[in-house]
Order: sequence, then C-alpha cells, then structure tokens
Amino acid sequence: MSNRLQVDIVACDGYGACAEVLPEMIRVDEWGYPILTSDIVPPVLTRHARRAVTLCPKRALSLAPAADRGTGGRPTKAASRGRA
Amino acid sequence: MSRHDGGPRLLAGWLETDAPAGLAAHAGRYGELPTNPGSWITRTVIDSGLCGRGGAWVLTGSKLTTVAANAAKAGAAYVVVNGAESEPAAAKDKLLLRVAPHLVLDGAELAAVAVGARRVTLCLHRGAGLLDGLRGAIAERAAAGWGRAGVRLTVVESPRWYVCSESTALARFVGGGPAKPRMVAAYLQGVRDKPTLVSNTETFAHLALIARYGAEWFRRVGTARTPGTWLVTLSGAVSRPGVYEVPVGGSAADILRRAGGPTEPWQALLMGGYCGSWRRLGEVLDCPLAPEVLQESRASLGTGILVGLPESACGLVETARVVSWLAAQNARQCGPCFNGTPAIADDLTRLTRDRDRLAWGRVQRRMEMVAGRGACSHPDGVVRLASSALDTFADDIPTHLAHGGCSGSDQPPTLPLPASLPADEPWR
Repeated sequence: MSNRLQVDIVACDGYGACAEVLPEMIRVDEWGYPILTSDIVPPVLTRHARRAVTLCPKRALSLAPAADRGTGGRPTKAASRGRA
Repeated sequence: MSRHDGGPRLLAGWLETDAPAGLAAHAGRYGELPTNPGSWITRTVIDSGLCGRGGAWVLTGSKLTTVAANAAKAGAAYVVVNGAESEPAAAKDKLLLRVAPHLVLDGAELAAVAVGARRVTLCLHRGAGLLDGLRGAIAERAAAGWGRAGVRLTVVESPRWYVCSESTALARFVGGGPAKPRMVAAYLQGVRDKPTLVSNTETFAHLALIARYGAEWFRRVGTARTPGTWLVTLSGAVSRPGVYEVPVGGSAADILRRAGGPTEPWQALLMGGYCGSWRRLGEVLDCPLAPEVLQESRASLGTGILVGLPESACGLVETARVVSWLAAQNARQCGPCFNGTPAIADDLTRLTRDRDRLAWGRVQRRMEMVAGRGACSHPDGVVRLASSALDTFADDIPTHLAHGGCSGSDQPPTLPLPASLPADEPWR
C-alpha cells in the first residue's frame, strides 16, 4: 500500500530539511515552508520519505497509509471551512 | 401561538415590540420548549434542511448526527454557541443575542440533548457589552425552571482577534487553551479533545423554532436546498444600514429596497465579509442570494454580510486597508499565513499607493502560494478578498500605477475597521 505525506503546518518552523531530502515531492515557498507537489508517496521514494520524516526537527512531517486520512491533515476540516 | 409565516421569524418579537424579549415575552410568543428526545430533534432538523449560518452552510442535521455518533464513542460531547462575531461588518449575532437571547439558548439546549452534551458554552465577542444581558437571561431561566434538565449553560467572552471565532479556535478556548485554530475538526476533537458541536448563534435560534413548528414549516420560505430565512447585515452606501431578516434566495436588490435604497450609486458589492469577495454590481444585484447559486461563481454569503461600495470610493484602497488589518489578525501559527498575509497586504499597498509595477505579478504569485496552506481558512479568506478585488477593480489598477492613487483614494472608508489590537492582546 502506498503512503500519504502530511505536513502539520502549525508545528512546522520552516527548517527545510524535508525539501532537501525529498525534493521530488517537496519544495519550499519564499519563506522556507514546505509545499507538497504531490502527497502520495510512490514506492520508489518511500525510503527517502521516511528519512525526511525522521529529519524534521519539529516532527511536523508524517507518513500515513494513503487510505487513512487521519486527524493530522487538512482533509478532516474540509467539510467545515466556515467560521461556524 | 403565532408562527410568522412568510415574515420575520427570529426578529419578529423585536420588530413588533421594539424591546428585547425577556423569558415571559419569549414564552408567550413561542410557547414551551419541546420535551422530545434527542433523536427526534435530530430527525426534525435533518428534515428541515437547516444549514449552518456561520459561513460554511453545512447541513446542521448532519453535524448533529456526526457529533452524536462521535460522542457515543468518546463518552462525552460539548456544545459551543458561536456568538463571537469578530467580523467588523457583521452585527446579526450581537443583535440576536440582545433581542432574542432565549431563542438562541433554547436552540443550544435542544442541540445539547440531540448530541448528548451536558454542557453548553456561549461565546461572546469580548467587550461587545453582551455579557451581563446573557448572564441575566441564564439566571432568569434557572429561576423559572425553564429549559431542558441536565444541560448546564455558561457564558464567556472570547478574545477579540479575528481568527478566534473560527470553530476549532473557539473550542480550544472553551477547553482552557488559547483561541487559536487547530488542524483537527471540532466535531472530532473539540473542547478538551471531546467531540464538540460548534455552531453559529443564528443556527441555534432557527433550531429552536424548527423543534417547535416542524420541518415543513421551516421549509415554507427559502430555497429547496437552503430553506428558511437568514439574517443579513447590510452596510455601506445605504439609507438604513442594519440587520434584515429575509428568505434565503431573495436578491440583494430586495434587501436594498427594504433598507431605503442607496445613498449614492454603487459600483460593487462585498459579499460574505472580510474573507468574502467583491462582485460587480451588475453580476449580483438581482441574483438569488442562496449558497447553492453563489457557489457556482465561487462566492458565498458567509455570515450574511453585504456592503455596498459607492462609486466615489476606491475598491483597491478599501481592500488594501482591510487586508492589512486581516494580516495582523492571523494566529501566528502557520508560516505560510503569518509570512504570506502581511506580504500580500504589502503588495496591495505598493500596487495602489506606491506605483510599484512589480507588485502586480508578485501578489498573484503569493496568493497562489499561500491559499489552502493554513490550519484554518484565514489565508484562503485573505486571498479570496484580495484576488476578487484585483479582478473586480482591474480597470482601476493602471490609474493607481500611473498616479499612485485615484479620485477615491482620499474618501472616508466604507468598510469599517476596529482599532488595531495591541501585540499583547490576550489569546485566552
């Protein structure tokens, strides 16, 4: 099963280690914060993705099975984008 | 028992008596609070098609079902009434809480029964002057033995920052934390990480009437997809600015007529508040205002805000000013937002005032870069407002780049802004 890469943007401090280890999937914006160019990790990049997760000093990057949208990513809030 | 068919529902008492409704007046007008079980309340709300009035227009019945199911697993649930109303151009929640507090509290108690919560927390915008009135209303209910047994009502003032009225931020605040947005939805992990129903003040007031008069009654006005009335705060160049209760699906022209017409010709309309969007007058004035219609053009009613921009004003200058304010209101949590929104505000100022031609392309790139990358939708809202301004007022941009302004630059502001908050303004 393939994995999904997730950034906890609240935890992220823009160190940029992830983009250096995994440039195939992550680039940084002008302030150094990661932009995922795709979030499904192809099997060939799984090892690099795991290294990127380990290297993040803020533990802001995580891998989850692609089917599991978890509670750490944005999709959980997709249905309630208003101000309630 | 009056049912106010076709007319105002939430504001009926206020419009007839010109006085806020105490418990006796409230009970006389609407009758007893229904004693049906929670499952019946949920079923009725589902059938009514009620959509949340806090901006997302999600089906309230679905939300009740979800929170109830999550609560059954988690062993607890909370209800938060969002009366924080931090939108500077919005007044409807404050009005409703002032003139019909028991309608809101009835709805909140019934919702608590529906999701299995024992505690309701009503959040008010700090400094709005509503706290004593709501405390009084709650005391009045307790003294009269009014309300659903086993549900405790409390009222608090939430911090004044704009993003504090976001649902996850408010749930976090009620749980004792800072009022800053979280990545996880409140219906999963809200107050003290328990499933939490966070809904807008107006939503609860509608729910209180649906529980009394039924789903079919609720559907008698509004559209098939979005039944009922809604509260609209109309301001700008209008004879009688204020809050109007109208059926969903009516046009801005209808509301404008009721408000005595414009004080001078309009050039554009701001829809949905400061994280909403500008629209050219011709595109929207006669269009049915309903979420399902507006979403086709990626617009939204938001929390029911309409501002008419007069011909004499400058939409670019107004937007640059509001975006600067919004940028300062971010939660200081997410890098793309706390870096990106001030940068976008700076670009807009350079574009409208400083003849910086490069700012045009730069702001386009930054808007694309920042949207969708926050824990909450604050950056998305800033981008929505900014990009709709650059589109709606595109013809004015060359004038600003050539002269550093236009004839509207020195006009008094149409969009109201509160004084900026000090850096040490609390988040708790």
